[in-house]
Amino acid sequence: MTDAAASRGASPLDPHAAVAAVGGGVAPTGTAPLRAADGRPLKAALQRAERVNRRRAFLLVAPLLLFVLVTFLFPIGNLLKQSIWNDGFVVHENFATGTRTPIMQNLGGWFDANPPGTPANEEAFAALAADMAQLRELRAQGSVGTRINYEVPGTRSLFTKTARRADDLRPPFMEAILDVDEDWADPALWAAMRGASSPLTLNFYLAAVDLERNAQGDIVPVNENRAIYRDLFGKTLVLSLVITGATLLLGFPVAYLLATLPLAKSNLLMIFVLLPFWTSLLVRTTSWIVLLQSQGVVNDGLVAAGIIGDGSRIQMMYNQMGTVIAMTHILLPFMVLPLYSVMRPIDPSYMRAARSLGANSFTAFRRVYLPLTIPGIGAGALLVFILAVGYYITPALVGGADGQLISNLIAFHILDSLNWSLGAALASLLLFGVLILYWLYDRLVGIDNLKLG
Amino acid sequence: MNEIATDIRPEAATDEPFVVFDRVQKSYDGETLVVKDLNLAVPRGEFLTMLGPSGSGKTTCLMMLAGFETATHGEIRLAGRSINDIPPHRRGIGMVFQNYALFPHMTVGENLAFPLEVRSMGRSEREEKIRRALGMVQMEDFADRRPAQLSGGQQQRIALARALVFEPELVLMDEPLGALDKQLRETLQFEITNLAHQLGITTVYVTHDQTEALTMSDRVAVFNDGVIQQLAPPDELYERPQNSFVAQFIGENNKLPGTVETIAGDACTVRLEDGSVIDATPVNVSEPGEATLVSVRPERVEFKPEVTAGMEHTVEAEVLEFVYMGDTYRTRLRVAGDEGFVMKCRNSLDQERLSPGMRIRIGWDPRDARALDRV
Repeated sequence: MTDAAASRGASPLDPHAAVAAVGGGVAPTGTAPLRAADGRPLKAALQRAERVNRRRAFLLVAPLLLFVLVTFLFPIGNLLKQSIWNDGFVVHENFATGTRTPIMQNLGGWFDANPPGTPANEEAFAALAADMAQLRELRAQGSVGTRINYEVPGTRSLFTKTARRADDLRPPFMEAILDVDEDWADPALWAAMRGASSPLTLNFYLAAVDLERNAQGDIVPVNENRAIYRDLFGKTLVLSLVITGATLLLGFPVAYLLATLPLAKSNLLMIFVLLPFWTSLLVRTTSWIVLLQSQGVVNDGLVAAGIIGDGSRIQMMYNQMGTVIAMTHILLPFMVLPLYSVMRPIDPSYMRAARSLGANSFTAFRRVYLPLTIPGIGAGALLVFILAVGYYITPALVGGADGQLISNLIAFHILDSLNWSLGAALASLLLFGVLILYWLYDRLVGIDNLKLG
Repeated sequence: MNEIATDIRPEAATDEPFVVFDRVQKSYDGETLVVKDLNLAVPRGEFLTMLGPSGSGKTTCLMMLAGFETATHGEIRLAGRSINDIPPHRRGIGMVFQNYALFPHMTVGENLAFPLEVRSMGRSEREEKIRRALGMVQMEDFADRRPAQLSGGQQQRIALARALVFEPELVLMDEPLGALDKQLRETLQFEITNLAHQLGITTVYVTHDQTEALTMSDRVAVFNDGVIQQLAPPDELYERPQNSFVAQFIGENNKLPGTVETIAGDACTVRLEDGSVIDATPVNVSEPGEATLVSVRPERVEFKPEVTAGMEHTVEAEVLEFVYMGDTYRTRLRVAGDEGFVMKCRNSLDQERLSPGMRIRIGWDPRDARALDRV
């Protein structure tokens, strides 16, 4: 029982105990640091000896570090800033000359002097008129109008129309401006301008979760027909979970087969798993369109076989079903690979032991094999889910109106509506959501249980 | 206690040994037989070892008995009942694996509880049995540890306890000590045999280590090329090998090729390749002129003139090497042109120390020289 005795801890033969005893002999007080043979402190000597290695290691990672810093951390930081910082209402940038001119200063002064909720008075309209004149001079009315248009739709034309006639405005300005367009009396518009007059704002985050500030500055839900983001976040979450579940159900048996076959055969099969990786994403997605559209191969086949009538072709494309099918296929390798890498080293004798101990094959699988694959399931699910939550091209191509995910809307705001701040706020929410999931995973399963390959 | 025991047909249980291999054959590819026509009977309570080089079919036999491989032909019977069609989990056979196969995600206690839980045993009964099983291997304090926190020897003890905790009547062990160091192996060999005899269980043990086979077993089945070469108790196996494979495989052995000169009953003379003649016991030779391989154990070779003087035939030998081994002297000789002939002498005060270059005459009791088949 020598091994048992040793593991019980401090035995007289414990090598660590012996070292401690020798150390105690050199430094009887027990507090003095150990010294190297030349008298210098051992820690300093160790650091010196390791320094060259550490420097070399750092030089090896330096290029990647720089690359990540420039191409990843900086843009993400910029994105996070965009989501809470929009100075479109207070600064005009001339892209030709690069000069930045402060604008809407007069109105800004009035907002500072009067608390929120103050109705716009003659003084406010005078400030607006003065700012309009400046906008006209800088030709900035369009961009400023766009900025306010983000929060109060349909107001961009107010700015262009009013700025065009800025030189004709005479006191009393309130009357003159309301004469140009009486929409200027809308308190919501004034609340939006007040909000926009300080570049630091949480309004984009509010908008990203279908909330807005009313004229009194209180946070209220937006009108029901404009509320789309929460539903879309929810749909993205549900579809991603469905896709993750589908990849797990389809990928687990494949990974098991790959892991149990002899290496030569499993390598061949692995090529088929990896094949999608080597095909262009667009080609794969469009081939799904060819297969699944209502005049596609699958429907034609079903009609030809007489299973469905020509009039009742199944709509499998341009809806949620299309998104789920195509994305499950595309993300399947991300589930199979971590599962395979976890399953391969599982010794078949575990299952044999379980069987010999009296468990039928299902019990042996459930109680022994499945728990051993948890790290792979966790890694695969996390990977697929995170990829699915942010997926863009496939839903854009095959999702139709119904199968769009949140990332398609982010793309819309970045590319089409040019409301970068809202796009950034949506993207940041997605990022935080994924981080929270990651944190939850760490709490429930443990990140050290993650095995990606 | 297990389903098989309750299903025994009474008339069969009385007259047949506990485990029976009846004309069992096994082929993996349909072209070659890994196990060729195996017939083996293991009585209840016996400790039987299957010994052989790797690829000899011994592990395949064990796996067929456990139910992880199916016999291509023939029948395996347990307590008189054919188990060919019984899945492994209903055979009620305990098994110990070479790599222990302790479930890494369970504690030692949970590992031991596993076979009891799948048998739907109550909690208190379960705990009692686990405690007793851990006690048998002196690991009572380790129930809450994970297998990864244990040393190899401790893991194997737990694996043993797990295979015994559900009280099987038959336990299979597949090279259970292969991964352990020599000292630990010897301790565990002793413990395993003791435990097996105490509990009265039937044990089928697979190993390629002949020392292990000799020290632990009641009987040893020596496998080679899918066939049992000899099935005998250890002493008989060592002292009376039936063919040259067994003689060669078990223990150290000197082999002298030659042809049978005369043969009369249980004595014969063999002419070696250099022309010298020796005495031997015919084992599987019957005719003069037959080629044979004479097997002599190194420790049965005599060289002292006072002993060899009385022998009818002695052979000349030249000392090539003399090695001090502590308890013995190991002398390498050239005999009949063969430079690998080894003689072992006990290290005693009066033992003569030979030196290289010396020429001596060696001989042996004819019963110690066995004329076997020439391979």
